[in-house]
Amino acid sequence: MAIMLKRMTLIIPNLIGVIIVTFLLTRALPGDPAAYFAGPAATKESVEQIRKSLGLDKPLIVQFGSYVSELARGNLGNSLTTGKPVLTEIKNRLPASAELTLFGLILSIVIAVPLGILAAVKQGSWIDHTCRIVATAGVSLPVFFTGLLLVYVFYYILGWSPAPLGRLDVFASPPTQITGFYLIDSLLTGNWSAFRSSLNQLLLPGLTLCIFSLAPIARMTRASMLTVLASEFIRTARASGLDSRTVIITYAFRNAMLPVVTTLGMVFSFLLGANVLVEKVFAWPGIGSYAVEALISSDFAPVQGFVLTMAILYVALNLLIDLLYGVIDPRVRLEA
Amino acid sequence: MLKAPTPEVDPGTALPLLDVRDLTVEFATRRGVVQAVKKINITLAKGETLGIVGESGSGKSVTSYAVMRILDRAGSIAEGSVMFSGLDLRGASEADMRNLRGREMSMIFQSPRLALNPIRKVGHQIEDVLLEHAQVGNEDVANKAVEVLEQVRIARPKERYHAYPFELSGGMCQRVVIALALACRPQLLIADEPTTGLDVTTQKAVMDLVVELTRERGMSTILITHDLGLAAAYCDKVVVMEKGHVVETSPSEVIFKAPSHAYTRKLMRATPRPGITLRDLLPEEEAARARPVAHNPVKADEAPLLVVDSLVKEYPRKGATTSLKKMFGTTPVPESDVFRAVDGISFQIARGESVGLVGESGCGKSTTSMMVMRLIDKTSGTITFGGEDIGAIPARSFATLPQRKKIQMVFQDPTDSLNPRFTAARAIADPLLRLSDISRGELRSRCEELATQVGLPLQFLDRFPHQLSGGQKARVGIARAIALRPDLIILDEPTAALDVSVQAVVLNLLQDLKDSLGMSYLFVSHDLNVVRLLCDRVIVMNTGKIVEQGPTQRVMDAPEAAYTRDLLAAIPHPPV
Repeated sequence: MAIMLKRMTLIIPNLIGVIIVTFLLTRALPGDPAAYFAGPAATKESVEQIRKSLGLDKPLIVQFGSYVSELARGNLGNSLTTGKPVLTEIKNRLPASAELTLFGLILSIVIAVPLGILAAVKQGSWIDHTCRIVATAGVSLPVFFTGLLLVYVFYYILGWSPAPLGRLDVFASPPTQITGFYLIDSLLTGNWSAFRSSLNQLLLPGLTLCIFSLAPIARMTRASMLTVLASEFIRTARASGLDSRTVIITYAFRNAMLPVVTTLGMVFSFLLGANVLVEKVFAWPGIGSYAVEALISSDFAPVQGFVLTMAILYVALNLLIDLLYGVIDPRVRLEA
Repeated sequence: MLKAPTPEVDPGTALPLLDVRDLTVEFATRRGVVQAVKKINITLAKGETLGIVGESGSGKSVTSYAVMRILDRAGSIAEGSVMFSGLDLRGASEADMRNLRGREMSMIFQSPRLALNPIRKVGHQIEDVLLEHAQVGNEDVANKAVEVLEQVRIARPKERYHAYPFELSGGMCQRVVIALALACRPQLLIADEPTTGLDVTTQKAVMDLVVELTRERGMSTILITHDLGLAAAYCDKVVVMEKGHVVETSPSEVIFKAPSHAYTRKLMRATPRPGITLRDLLPEEEAARARPVAHNPVKADEAPLLVVDSLVKEYPRKGATTSLKKMFGTTPVPESDVFRAVDGISFQIARGESVGLVGESGCGKSTTSMMVMRLIDKTSGTITFGGEDIGAIPARSFATLPQRKKIQMVFQDPTDSLNPRFTAARAIADPLLRLSDISRGELRSRCEELATQVGLPLQFLDRFPHQLSGGQKARVGIARAIALRPDLIILDEPTAALDVSVQAVVLNLLQDLKDSLGMSYLFVSHDLNVVRLLCDRVIVMNTGKIVEQGPTQRVMDAPEAAYTRDLLAAIPHPPV
């Protein structure tokens, strides 16, 4: 517990840094929001007026001060394009993105980790080669391409999948909001038609992300397993006649997990990035597509909100991984 | 389930427990098939202790892996048979072998800490073995594991059950490994260098324990070792292996008194032991050629090269132990927050003198050598070198000072201490390039000169470390250390990783270099027999303090401190 609290306090400087950097970055972006909102026909005076009303004429430090004080009150500002508060938008859209990313990641773990273990145990066999080919293919295809390819094959040609338009097909109604994850909410409320519908919608984009993230997870599992399998305690375990299941799972895999967990953290953050494109392809109402639209229209508040949300997610994820380390390896517990 | 029939105890006529006939083991390598073991025959009677002795690459470990059938993927038994209590192990299925391993035959390995799963409680690791071989039911397994730990004399076994390997000392880890191997009361124990890397006193305790437990249970033991003394002290019969062949098999009292094979004699000669000189280690013909060891008496009037006075090094105590103690409040007296690794030691080294610094791991000998080497800073005390107080110079800025050239070091592991991407010549040139103003043109000739001095043939100068043998790498390390003509060389167990015959040559080389170049040595070692041969004086350390120092002869033959006596008594000697 004490370790956790100590680790939590380390987050604060991280977040402060993120706030400063996102603020400066959005200001450094090209494009003048005032000119954008005034429209092409606006006069110089009206642009100036809009600039004043947006507070963009004040010095940077004053702008930053007001941004931080608003932030402290939980106000991320309003989107200029939609007029809605950024916080509400993110709150509505984050579960969609999170559900998609987690679904893709879990799917990927379920496939890649056993594949990596098998490839290491049967090094040089056909499984090993399959693992290599699948991984290379997956990582060399860009997500928007895999996404479109999947849509083309499974929706257009085979007709197995529903239209890639959002989280539910048009006839289903969303389940009662509990976690915001449709799969979980519909299960909790026993709404089977919503469950099936959301699963159908989730499959293709999830698969797209899964294919993209297979490679690092499978390769890292394999490499890490190979190192551990060559170590002396594995020889001891074999020499004591432990069966190969125990040797591979309890002895080898648990030891090989540390680098795999590290990779998972990185893959998750890659996926958060890759999400932006996948959401566009599948018309997914997530925060990625929201941020891209805001960015194109030089809408500061949503972009800042998006980057901040991502940073918080990322920091939380790293914390989770650090805690996982402690669970896996008692030596880490001692050092912390 | 396979159960090996227990033969009647009748050595001589009874079926041997283990009968290895014409065993050949092959490894598929990139350069074709290599025979690691060639047509060897070994028999082991029930209750017998057999030693397999040989240098690295002799095939002694491979033989044991073949018996256990745990050769790695590339290796296979190409020929011959392995019979264990009448069972054909070569033909046995993998499932049958798994059943035998750990239950009928088990193995303990060197480097005990690595031999245990680092993230699993030792108690659970023992339970895994017990459960695998159905020795006890699920409900009793924890008690049985504690009992097994108790049998290997682990104090407070109930607490240790919950310990992870990193929380235990090396000797304690080896006890756990032994517990693991003996948990199911097997008939055969194979111990592969079980005490390499352990201190002599720990080695003695561990070996005595193995012998006691195996005798008590009427087990047979195979002890694989490079240490002839160890084999002589603990084995009934000794097999000597060289390059995959068994060259000699004799009862141990015979083999050490009258070794019949030339290789055995060479090994015997090269083993450091009391009552001989450095030259006696070399094969006869070379020993005759070598110059006698020059004795340049230390001039009493000359100022000593190095004076160390009340040197102290303190480290902050690690948080874990203190916080644990705070939590349980077991220590009423608040313990100091620092750990004294070196606790006020004073000694001197004269010019041309060779001083041995001995002690067990954790005694502070390495910390002392690092401080003298000026790699770490002292807490208090003085280090005076050639009349200058070099202890006052921070370690960080010492590297660029002219004094750096005067103190050099030879490291323990000849492989790890060479940059794998540097050729031998580049490695030797490194200090010259950094610390001297030698011209490019002279560099090569200086490297060649140094190589000749250390007996490294010049064609090896352009090889990379992985293309050199252990002895050649050791020579490169020594050439690098003498490149700047230092006054003092600190040798940190320079021969610990070498085979005895190579060690013999390297020790003689060091002696010759000292005689011709007039350097002083600070020789850090745990091997008292080696120190006896090379050093004029010896310093014995324990728990950060010097317990005894004096002329080597006097300290070794008539030790004053009880600790020195214990150390000396723990060394196994071949009965010569």
